[in-house]
Amino acid sequence: MNAQITVASIAHPRLRHWPWFVLALIALAITFMPLPVGAGAPVSHDLRIAASQYNFDPGVIRVNPGARVTIELASTDVVHGLYLDGYGLEVTADPGQTATLSFIADKSGTFRFRCSVTCGPLHPFMIGKLKVGNNTLLWRGMALALFATAVGLWRFR
Amino acid sequence: MTRYDLIRIPAARALLVNRWPQFLVRCIALVGFLFAIIAGLWGTPVGSRNFSIVFVWIAWWASLILVAVPLFGRGWCTFCPIPMPGEWLQNRALLGPWGRKPPFGLGRKWPKALRSIWLQTGAFALLALFSAIILTRPGVTAIILAAFLFMAIGASLIFERRAFCRYLCPVGGFIGLYSQAAPLEVRVRDTAVCATHTIKTCYTGSEAGYGCPWGVFPGGLVKNTYCGTCLECLRTCPLDNIAINIRPAGADLSQSRGRKLDEAFKAFIMLGSAFVYSAVMLGPWGQLKTAAYAIGSLPWLLYVLAFLAFVFVFLPGLFYLFARAGRSLAPSRQNVRRSFTAYAYALVPLGLAAWIAFSLSFVFANASYIWMALSDPLGWGWDLLESANYDWTPYLTQYVPVLQTLVLVVGLAWAGVTARRIAQEDNNPTAWRQAIPINLFCLFVTVGFLWLLVG
Repeated sequence: MNAQITVASIAHPRLRHWPWFVLALIALAITFMPLPVGAGAPVSHDLRIAASQYNFDPGVIRVNPGARVTIELASTDVVHGLYLDGYGLEVTADPGQTATLSFIADKSGTFRFRCSVTCGPLHPFMIGKLKVGNNTLLWRGMALALFATAVGLWRFR
Repeated sequence: MTRYDLIRIPAARALLVNRWPQFLVRCIALVGFLFAIIAGLWGTPVGSRNFSIVFVWIAWWASLILVAVPLFGRGWCTFCPIPMPGEWLQNRALLGPWGRKPPFGLGRKWPKALRSIWLQTGAFALLALFSAIILTRPGVTAIILAAFLFMAIGASLIFERRAFCRYLCPVGGFIGLYSQAAPLEVRVRDTAVCATHTIKTCYTGSEAGYGCPWGVFPGGLVKNTYCGTCLECLRTCPLDNIAINIRPAGADLSQSRGRKLDEAFKAFIMLGSAFVYSAVMLGPWGQLKTAAYAIGSLPWLLYVLAFLAFVFVFLPGLFYLFARAGRSLAPSRQNVRRSFTAYAYALVPLGLAAWIAFSLSFVFANASYIWMALSDPLGWGWDLLESANYDWTPYLTQYVPVLQTLVLVVGLAWAGVTARRIAQEDNNPTAWRQAIPINLFCLFVTVGFLWLLVG
C-alpha cells in the first residue's frame, strides 16, 4: 500500500486545488510586492557619454532614484542620437559636437538607451543602460525563476 | 492527451486540401523573397532603409519566432517559397501532379551518412558567425537568400524530394526543433488504417498529390521535427486518415521515441546562440559588437573561437556534468549518453523562450522601419505610401523587459516540467531526483538571460 495520503487528496473537492491557490498567491506576491527602489540621496548627476560607432562610453550609467540627471552626449565620429527607453527622451549630437539632455530620474529600474540616428550597419544594436536605483524587475524575475524551479521539484517529488 | 482535429471542420478541410490557397500564398511569398534579393543587391546599403533587411530580419523574423513557431510549429514551412522553383523543375509542374510525369533530375537518394540535422546545425553555426554583417548589410542578406534559393534548386535536381528542406536549410533545422513545442501537429488518425493500406500513397504519391516531399511516412510520425506540414499527405490519403490536431503544447517533448544526439546538440547550439546574440547585439559592450562585425580580423577570430567553444563545448559539457550529477542522485536504466540526449529536450522550451525574449528587444525597437521600407523599399527616394519619412519610433520598449521576464520564467517552468517527465520515464519512485540538476542548469541559464536582457 504505497498510496500517498495528502491533505489535498482527502479534502473536499473544492479544496483539492488549494496548494495551487497558495502557490499562485506567492507568485503574485513576488510579482507585485513593493520592493525598495534603492537608497541614496537624489543628488544631481552630470554625465558625459561619448558616442562612437556602435558604442556608448560609458555603456552603463548608474544614478540614484529622483536624481537630476544631465547627460552630455558627445559624438566622436558620425551623427549619433540617444533615445532613452521608459522615459521616451531623445537627444542628437553632430560629429565633434555635444548635446545635452536633462531629466529627473523618477522611474526606477534599468532602461536601455539606444542610438536614434542611423549611424552605420550596426546602428540598431548600439545600446547602453541607465540604472536608476534597484532593478526590481530583475530581482522579481530571478525570484520567480527560483520559485518556479522549487515548486516544480516539490510538485513532482 | 486530448486533441482536436481541425480536418473535422469541413471548411478547414476544403481550404487545406485545395492546392490554390497554399499556392497563392507561396507565390506572394516568392515574389517578396525575390524582391528582397533585388532590394539587397540594388537598393540602398543602409540596412534600416532597405526592404531586404527590414522585411527579412524584422518583419519575417518577428512573425516566425514570435508567432509561427510557437503556435504553428512548422507553419512557416507550409508557405516557404524557397523550395518552390526547385520543386517546379523536379515535378515538371507548377501546381499539382496531374498526369504523373516522372520527376526531372537525377532523383538520387540523400546519402545515408548525412541523414541527420548535423549539416543544418553546422550551416546555422556558420551563418551565426557572420550574423553581424548578414543582419545589417543588405547585399550580404541578398547573397545568403540567393544562395538558399540556388541550393534548394540544386538539391531538387540532384536528390529526390525536398532534400534542401530536410537536410540543409539552417532555418528549417531550428524550426523543426522548436516545432516540438507547438500546439499543432500532423498525424494519422489510426495507424492500423495505414498498416492495411498497402500502396502508401502518402509516401509514394498519387494523382491527388505528391509523395511526402520530406520523405516521411505519416503513419510513423511521433513528433513534428521532420514533418514540413506541406499538406500533401492530406491530399494523397484516400482513406481520410490524416489529422491536423490542436494538441497540448510540447506534446512531442515527452515522446521518448526518436530522441537523437544531433537534435540534442541543436538544442545547445540554439540556446547558446541566443545567449551570445543577447550579449553581443543587445548588451552595452561596443567592443563585442565591433569584433563580431570585423570579419577576418583578429578580434573576430577570437569571437569565433569563443562562440564555437561556448555553444559546442562549454554548454554541452556543463550540461553533461549536470546530467551525470542527476544519475548520481537516482539510478537510471539508461546509459549516460542516452540520459544526456533525453534531458537535452528540456532545453527546447527554454531555448524557444530565450529566442522569443531576445527577439522582443530588437523587434519592438525597430518595427517602425517597416513603414519606411514599405514606402521606399529600395531606399531610392520613393514615397509610395507617404510613410517614407516617418521618424524612427520604438514601440512599447518600456514593457519589453516585463514581457521578456514573463517569457523566460514560463520557458523555465516548462523546461522543468519537461525534465521531470523525462526523468519519470525511468519508472522508479526516486527518478524525479535525476531532474534536480537539470532544473538547476535551466535556472542558471534563465538567470543569465535575465541578467543580459533585463538587468
